[in-house]
Amino acid sequence: MNTRATDALAKTMGEEEAIYVSSQWQLIRAKFLKHRLAVFGTIVVALFYLMAIFSGFLSPYEPNERHTDYVYAPPQSIHFSGLRPAVYGYQQTEDPKSFRRLYTVDRDKSYLLRFFVRGTKYKILGLIPSTVHLFGVPDGTVFLFGTDRLGRDLFTRNLYSSAISLSIGLLGVALAFFLGCLIGGISGFYGGLVDNVIQRMIEFLRSVPTIPLWMALSAALPPQWPPLRIYFGITMILSLVGWAGLARVVRGKLLELREEDFVMAARLAGASDARIIARHMLPGFMSYLIVDVTFSIPDMIIGETALSFLGLGLRPPVVSWGVLLQDAQNIRTITQQPWLLIPALFIIVVVLMFNFVGDGLRDAADPYKTV
Amino acid sequence: MFGFIVRRVLYMFVVLIAVSVVSFVIIELPPGDYLTSYIVRLKQTGGGTITEDQIASLRKQYGLDLPMYQRYLKWMWNMIHGDMGRSFQFGEPVWDLVMQRLPMTILLSLATIIFSYAVAVPMGIYSAIHQYSFGDHALTALGFTGVAIPNFLLALIVMFGLHRYFGLNIGGLFSPQYATAAWSGAKVLDLLKHLPAPILVIGLSNLAWLIRIMRGTLLDELNRPYVAVARSKGLKESTLLWKYPVRIAINPIISTIGYSLPAIFSGSTIVSIVLNIPTIGPLLFTALVSQDSYLAGSCVFLLSALTVVGTLISDILLAYVDPRIRLVQ
Repeated sequence: MNTRATDALAKTMGEEEAIYVSSQWQLIRAKFLKHRLAVFGTIVVALFYLMAIFSGFLSPYEPNERHTDYVYAPPQSIHFSGLRPAVYGYQQTEDPKSFRRLYTVDRDKSYLLRFFVRGTKYKILGLIPSTVHLFGVPDGTVFLFGTDRLGRDLFTRNLYSSAISLSIGLLGVALAFFLGCLIGGISGFYGGLVDNVIQRMIEFLRSVPTIPLWMALSAALPPQWPPLRIYFGITMILSLVGWAGLARVVRGKLLELREEDFVMAARLAGASDARIIARHMLPGFMSYLIVDVTFSIPDMIIGETALSFLGLGLRPPVVSWGVLLQDAQNIRTITQQPWLLIPALFIIVVVLMFNFVGDGLRDAADPYKTV
Repeated sequence: MFGFIVRRVLYMFVVLIAVSVVSFVIIELPPGDYLTSYIVRLKQTGGGTITEDQIASLRKQYGLDLPMYQRYLKWMWNMIHGDMGRSFQFGEPVWDLVMQRLPMTILLSLATIIFSYAVAVPMGIYSAIHQYSFGDHALTALGFTGVAIPNFLLALIVMFGLHRYFGLNIGGLFSPQYATAAWSGAKVLDLLKHLPAPILVIGLSNLAWLIRIMRGTLLDELNRPYVAVARSKGLKESTLLWKYPVRIAINPIISTIGYSLPAIFSGSTIVSIVLNIPTIGPLLFTALVSQDSYLAGSCVFLLSALTVVGTLISDILLAYVDPRIRLVQ
């Protein structure tokens, strides 16, 4: 059943009655769709994830490809030559005092953007090898976000980073979600001493500052670990602290629902504990959990970014937004090369959009409240 | 009230013990122990060779031959007596290093808390009584951005903006000429000039969150029948507002201190690193980077302990303000 079905029902039997026969999820969806900002946020977040999946295809270069002739080159903007998009080339001079390379736009050199060009090899989702890139400038350069101190294309690096940073958010939350459901479930369902111990644990985790804890734990990851293992290590550290909030929600709702008649009925009918939790109680508070999960994802993304930014999280050659921002740490570099701050913009937009989505979901989570 | 305080203090000690266990684990986590790093350092600085016998006696001296729980107890015992071990990096007792930075850490966090509550309450009230006005929407927008911009990024952006457009450098808490000078009136003034930027950066997300809570609870109160009754009886609008709904709505705001504190200590750690402010945060950072494990563990312990003690104080204050709390618990 979907909203179209609800609309159809609404037409035939009038708004009021449609509300009575709609399922909980239909109502949630209908209410969510009314929240314009949340819908907008969902679309942007979805686009970001699509961008992350197809980062290899969308980016003209390879993240660790060095263009040694173009160190700290400023962003090239796209203009139209006739109807076709093109970029201007650079003219390089050297500052006699600081020996810095200075770039000026050379309007005489205009390179047309070619689409679906063949370039460096990459793998879609790490599986399907391909060499086709959405765009490229075979006879010149195209650095839409400029380059870094090694002449690497920052547009490419930002796209590849989004894959890492966004996936760490999802993965970390998935792990925290699992832990939160499991531990919160045990706590709320059994109550008593178990509940007491788990509650104290949660309170403890919530009462210590997270950043110092994250920093200390991730600094303890052995430096000789391969990048992939570091990635999972960081994810686990983030979720080790992050499950507490989810467990609290699960426990609170379970305690509430435990007293309901339908739970008693299920128990009398001989359902096992696991079945009662999963089949009868979980659907009752799933929507609240989803709200909490939505708000946790940006927290995890920020956590990873902060750690990598400090040099305690992911390490090169892996690129994440935090790793990219490592280059933007001192004030001299960012005043001379402000484009190094572009990853910050990505983070802010993603976090903001996740917050919009979460806000919409929170309003929609309990559709019976105001309908 | 007395019973409540005793219970809370006892509970705090339990949490502190848990914090100390976690900190100890952090000290023990990196591969190798104090001695292996010490030997490596000795070799690097050309301190000659070290015999197996010497190593064994050093092991004994530092208690590294003991099982883990005994090492923990020893560490705890020493810490209670003001000995947190030595820092390899600075060659000084950890206690001295940490205590130098403790006052600034407390000052910065305290100032941030006072700032965020002092600003959030009036803004929240304004937002609630002018619901859907331009000001309300502006504050909501501020709230969203405040939540969305991670504070270390905000620190970077503010630093960049101030430097680029005003030529100001907000790194550090003192101008160069005062950094090592003794305390004087001029130094305090200099400090006051440098404080607002970090406070704003650390406090913004907390501020944004508090405004939303204040607005929400006050709106709930304003829709209650007693407000309508008071209004129908001709009570002056300002008296009505300040005497009843605001006073009720302010209680949940005070009780959020327990959640704000960890966030503020967390935020001040990373913002201090970015803005180079002499709090415990940057000390922890350098300790972690150079694997100075005693210093790192002690920093984590102290930051967590500060949060826990702060929460205790706020709990007692809250119980003092709101009698219901001490009766329920």
